[in-house]
Amino acid sequence: MPDARQPLAEQFATLPQQAEASRLGMWAFLCSEVMFFGGLFLGYIIYRHAYPHAFAVASRETDVLYGTLNTAILLTSSLTMALAVFASKEGQFKEVRHFLIATILLAIAFLGVKALEYTDDFHKHLFPGPMFADAGEPKTQLFFMFYWMMTSLHALHVIIGIGLLSAMTVRSAKNHFSAEYHNPIEITGLYWHFVDIVWIFLYPLLYLINRHS
Amino acid sequence: MNELAPATHTHTSAPAESYLDEHTVRSWLLTTDHKRIGVLYLISIVFYFLVAAVAVGIMRIELLHPHGTLLLNETYNKLFTLHGVLMVWFFLIPSIPSALGNFIIPIMIGARDVAFPKLNLLSWYLFMIGGGFVLYSIMIGGVDTGWTFYTPFSSTYSNTHVLTMVFGVFIAGFSSILTGLNFIITIHKMRAPGMRWFRMPLFLWSLYSTSIILVLATPVLAITLLLMAVERVWGIGIFDPRLGGDPILFQHLFWFYSHPAVYIMVLPSMGVVSELMAAFTRKEVFGYEWVAGASVAIAVVGFLVWGHHMFVSSQSIYAGMVFSILSFIVAVPSGIKVFNWTATLYQGSISFETPMIYALGFIGLFAIGGLTGLFLAALAVDVHVTDTYFVVAHFHYIMVGGAVMGFMGGLHYWWPKITGRLYPEAFGRLAAIVTFIGFNFTFFPQFVMGYLGMPRRYHNYAPEFQVYHVLSTAGASILGIGYLLPVIYLLWSLRYGKKAPANPWHATGLEWQTTSPPPKHNFDETPVVTGPPYDYTEDFEPKPSGVLHA
Repeated sequence: MPDARQPLAEQFATLPQQAEASRLGMWAFLCSEVMFFGGLFLGYIIYRHAYPHAFAVASRETDVLYGTLNTAILLTSSLTMALAVFASKEGQFKEVRHFLIATILLAIAFLGVKALEYTDDFHKHLFPGPMFADAGEPKTQLFFMFYWMMTSLHALHVIIGIGLLSAMTVRSAKNHFSAEYHNPIEITGLYWHFVDIVWIFLYPLLYLINRHS
Repeated sequence: MNELAPATHTHTSAPAESYLDEHTVRSWLLTTDHKRIGVLYLISIVFYFLVAAVAVGIMRIELLHPHGTLLLNETYNKLFTLHGVLMVWFFLIPSIPSALGNFIIPIMIGARDVAFPKLNLLSWYLFMIGGGFVLYSIMIGGVDTGWTFYTPFSSTYSNTHVLTMVFGVFIAGFSSILTGLNFIITIHKMRAPGMRWFRMPLFLWSLYSTSIILVLATPVLAITLLLMAVERVWGIGIFDPRLGGDPILFQHLFWFYSHPAVYIMVLPSMGVVSELMAAFTRKEVFGYEWVAGASVAIAVVGFLVWGHHMFVSSQSIYAGMVFSILSFIVAVPSGIKVFNWTATLYQGSISFETPMIYALGFIGLFAIGGLTGLFLAALAVDVHVTDTYFVVAHFHYIMVGGAVMGFMGGLHYWWPKITGRLYPEAFGRLAAIVTFIGFNFTFFPQFVMGYLGMPRRYHNYAPEFQVYHVLSTAGASILGIGYLLPVIYLLWSLRYGKKAPANPWHATGLEWQTTSPPPKHNFDETPVVTGPPYDYTEDFEPKPSGVLHA
């Protein structure tokens, strides 16, 4: 693992080459992530089209308050992440750490809210399976299947993000970075913004559409 | 080791040092050297190939008689599932990219390693863990769904170990994604000074296109299998029509990956064949830019044709027509490649070394496979031959005739580079010819019996098909010899083969500029590229006769 004493991995010739490679690598990875979530979005769209009424009924069962709160939290965390990347380019690593820790705390807050919401959902029997609360529309289960799959996969990405952010905080504290070598923070930022963007699509799909129809 | 910005890398130790010099198990299992990882893949895929080949050997014996009694119905189903899963995900897809590609790509572009060496090792471990799950699911009883895992049979009705096997494929998928990602970044960012895009050997173009498919299609397979597993565990009904789901959705998602996956298997072979055509005709590949562009075109159009797997699935006739037209369009870039290889042969000084025989075999088999692909892309004909042996023969011509011939050609071509040893040329030529004959013997009768109505996946059949099955089984035994011969003489060459010179074929390409086997960091000095990839005009020198005969 490259660090401050030896920031250049041996397969690369120069630091800019290494930075460009890892940036492009993260973009390529995010492309594959888009295709991964894409399958779920496709299924959701198809069944929303096939069973509009059932999906409208089901989406009224989700808790818009939790959803909105989480959207606000996650958007704020994208801001703190962007500030961390900005500060790392300026070489101000104390600020970088503060912003990274703020991002981590917001991410934990997001998961906390999500946990509360999941608990409520369980009590309302909204988990697909034999115990499912059949609200008069059998296809509502399909909606909740997508709800659970999409949000739990997203939550898994948030958890991985917390791991990455923590690693960046520790490495920053150990002076592994400099104004010339801060590339890992930047690509962690790319990942984090992706996690945010996925939620930006999930929020209207799961919480907002058809709420008042 | 290297500090900031060393443009060149020099070894202080003796120049004979090669990547094979360390011998501990640890040095292999924890290596981040792309060459060693390539060799690890090579060993693993040969192992999976042998298991899958044994499975199909048993099936072919069973099919000798219309009412074969060797196997129970369930066992037969489990064998063809095993054969399909192992061959597709654990041999054909990783064969050229992960084994040969890992070894050759960084050397071909003049780099010290791939862009992300640790990720590369991780992808091998994921591959092995995935394979472990598949083998484990056979040991605890096997799976009877077929390699396509069609729902709702796989998600609701099958009483076999679908989850374990699907999990193995799921994990192997991530290995594919990581390998593809590594190659894309390596080809973008690690090229030696002077190697512009249109100075890259065609093998790199084809693997670049392949990697795009790996990165963009494989995640769709992953999410599809995940949805299927969720349905199987909780009975939710995404694909189960009783619960409002749609099994056709599974097929759309599955073939969105699995049709491009065919190009994952055959594009790398096309890259190998381009290299071989140039090296063994001593000519530049005719229409280099077109062959390069055709690789990218196949990758792009390949994403748009999945629906031709569902012509008889009750999808709308208009969707069928669109997918039919798009499927025909794939023939255009494929045709460009075949015609350009043929044009390369024209007035070339052709030498029939082992890799070249494999390459010519590839062209013959790929042409038959491709042309019968046009039959299947035509709506009306497809309805007649759907789920018959015609389809089986077609995809074996493309995937085995194409991918395996390319793999064998590439393996023989680069074997001296990988191992530093020469194999006995006469045996190599013999194996290539036996493989070609055995292959046609095995699969051509299947076109005929498929057209006459023999359904795939049946092991009891009408007696009039017996003659074709006997021919096919006889061919399979010849094919088996064709595959076993290289295993024997290549292993023999490791110990007794002559030491290989740096450039045994007198070929162009950076991989031939370094020693055989290459040193750990490939080049003592970063090479600088100054010309096009297949420059056989100026430094053309006839091969000293007999140099290759060990």
